[in-house]
Amino acid sequence: MQASAIIEILQPLVPGAVFEPGRSVDFATIYVPADRLVETCLVLRDAAPLEFKALIEVTAADYLPHEPRYEVVYHLLSVSKRLRLRLKVRVPSGGSLPTVQGVWRGAGWPEREVWDMFGIVFDGHNDLRRLLMPEDWEGHPARKDYPVQIRKAAQTYEPLEVSEEEFRANIERDRVKRAH
Amino acid sequence: MAEIRTETMTVNMGPQHPSTHGVLRLVLELDGEVIQSVMPTIGYLHTGIEKTAEQKKWQQVIPLVERMDYLGPQSNSLAYALSVEKLLGLEMPKRVNDIRVLLAELQRLGSHLIWLGTHAMEIGAVSMLFYAIRERELLLNINELIAGFRFFPSYIRIGGLREDLPRGFHEMVNEFLDRFPTKMDEFERLLTKNDIFRRRTEGVGVVTLENAYQWGLVGPIARAAGSDYDVRKYFPYSGYDTYDFTVPTATEGDVYARYRVRIAEMRQSINLCRQAIARISPTGVWACDDTRVVPPPKDKVYTEMEALIQHFLIYSQGFTVPVGDAYVPVEGPRGEHGCYIVSDGSNRPWRVKMRAPSFMAIQALPSVVQGGLIADLVAVIGSTDVVMGDCDR
Amino acid sequence: MADTHDHGLDPDLPFLTTKLEWLIQWARRSAIWPVQFGLACCAIEMMAMAASRYDVARFGAEVFRGSPRQSDLMIVAGRLSRKMAPAMRRVYDQMPDPKWVISMGACASVGGVFDNYAIVQGVDQVVPVDVFVPGCPPRPEALIYGLVQLQQKINRSRA
Repeated sequence: MQASAIIEILQPLVPGAVFEPGRSVDFATIYVPADRLVETCLVLRDAAPLEFKALIEVTAADYLPHEPRYEVVYHLLSVSKRLRLRLKVRVPSGGSLPTVQGVWRGAGWPEREVWDMFGIVFDGHNDLRRLLMPEDWEGHPARKDYPVQIRKAAQTYEPLEVSEEEFRANIERDRVKRAH
Repeated sequence: MAEIRTETMTVNMGPQHPSTHGVLRLVLELDGEVIQSVMPTIGYLHTGIEKTAEQKKWQQVIPLVERMDYLGPQSNSLAYALSVEKLLGLEMPKRVNDIRVLLAELQRLGSHLIWLGTHAMEIGAVSMLFYAIRERELLLNINELIAGFRFFPSYIRIGGLREDLPRGFHEMVNEFLDRFPTKMDEFERLLTKNDIFRRRTEGVGVVTLENAYQWGLVGPIARAAGSDYDVRKYFPYSGYDTYDFTVPTATEGDVYARYRVRIAEMRQSINLCRQAIARISPTGVWACDDTRVVPPPKDKVYTEMEALIQHFLIYSQGFTVPVGDAYVPVEGPRGEHGCYIVSDGSNRPWRVKMRAPSFMAIQALPSVVQGGLIADLVAVIGSTDVVMGDCDR
Repeated sequence: MADTHDHGLDPDLPFLTTKLEWLIQWARRSAIWPVQFGLACCAIEMMAMAASRYDVARFGAEVFRGSPRQSDLMIVAGRLSRKMAPAMRRVYDQMPDPKWVISMGACASVGGVFDNYAIVQGVDQVVPVDVFVPGCPPRPEALIYGLVQLQQKINRSRA
């Protein structure tokens, strides 16, 4: 399905938002404004001709000399309609965008990884902390101005960084509610 | 009677543990033996491959990318090569596609064998590991034959393959395919109707279809829950639409269903391999025609000037890829595997991001095991077949 | 057999202690039990080494203990990331003496193909290493050769 066809379906359901079709060689790409992201995703997930029920990936790319600096990319999949879609959101340096955790639960960790690697904040995320790097790491490694090779001695001790109450509180917060 | 005060116990299943497939850390909160919550911590194998790949030329990224999902390296390199070829606009000849299909399916068998061996070993059938590795050695022999290297052959390149198939390839593959189905029957006799195995795995770790899509799990986990989504059927690549195979599914969504789905997938892979090897001629074309990307044959390099220049250019500065981005998914052993490539028109990638199915599986883990026992946790981790190299990249 | 190795015993030791030392060295090198410390791809080759084709049980090392407190060898198999380094040091510290470390693979020895921010460039920055086995991943035969070298090293050391 072409990007323009998807935009035609989206536009009446998300009035006022400006969608731009992107240039792509494989499947449809749409640029979405950051403030209408969650609405758009809800429509994409639930609207009858689309039904993008599966979120495949959330990632970002850093285009350093250009502004806006980052582009956050969402890959969506609709199994029932055999469609794939790429959503792109342009985020300026130091900017943030809303989380889509409420739309697809599987967005939690990919967004955490984007924060960890790029430093892009997701508003409303329930647990935005380091995922792949150690918790006390400074810097966001995947940015273009972060060096690839660093000379740093390996850290061989791991001080306990949270107090016992905080540790328990963290576990409590992560506890999944039982379904009764 | 006085109230008994109960308290939950916090136990760390640390990064070094026999049953977590690699370095995964799980902080369990236990009420006796029942799990109240699980907090997984990953990142202990984070290698920064994606950042390192931005420093290398396009063809040099292939060995790096192969080392991500180290049980299924050919699917990683195939995903990367397909995405770059999409951006370059290259079409592969039929023989190259058939060889790629054959290698992808053989390597799916290898990965599923390790899954079977380690999963059964953790459930208690320790000898399965030795049987599975024994069969996998034959597959590694095939890898060694084509590229000299057991694990990461780097045989699938952008533009086709590295070189033509060696002599003896057909015999070795046919010998393996003749021997393997009886071995599969043996493995199934050991496990499928085994009462202990069934009681450990039935009803455990149920993932419903709706949950699977919500968490982004599209692979054997979703297929065991009732989905028939398989990238090879829905978005065919490398000529998979010309092959005749079925996609096994199950409906219960528990560990036993995932076991049955993967065993059936292995049999389908054998079927696909037989079809593929029948179509491949022992010698022939092994890469596409594009001379910017594919180096010329060595005898021409030694005799012709244009070939020498071409060879020099390809190996010194590499080829350039047009501006744009692409994502072509493949069906890896763990689910949908794909490489999102962004190119800025130069001879190095701008961004390489691999979509890791194990990443999504571990994210979904807390909701799947909650309320179960620790033994169930071990069974579930085994059945989701996570590879930490894939998860952490 | 193991008796053909160079014993390297101190000629000044009295006869009985020499025999005792030989006995202790033989006992130590014939049953080296590794702790399971497979990190990445090399772990699969380590499993292949322990399996039936490259049977390492011939050398006495087939029992991979789950707990470091019951083992005397740590085969660091795979790339060591900076996040994992403290955990690895802890596992090493929990092993009782005498203990040895084999650094398996290029990534464990020098950082391998990954010269970047996330990988410790050689585990000898974290633990003292006795034998380095190069390769990416090293063949199981190479790892067995490394193990044999370790056995010869144990032979040469004072009990």
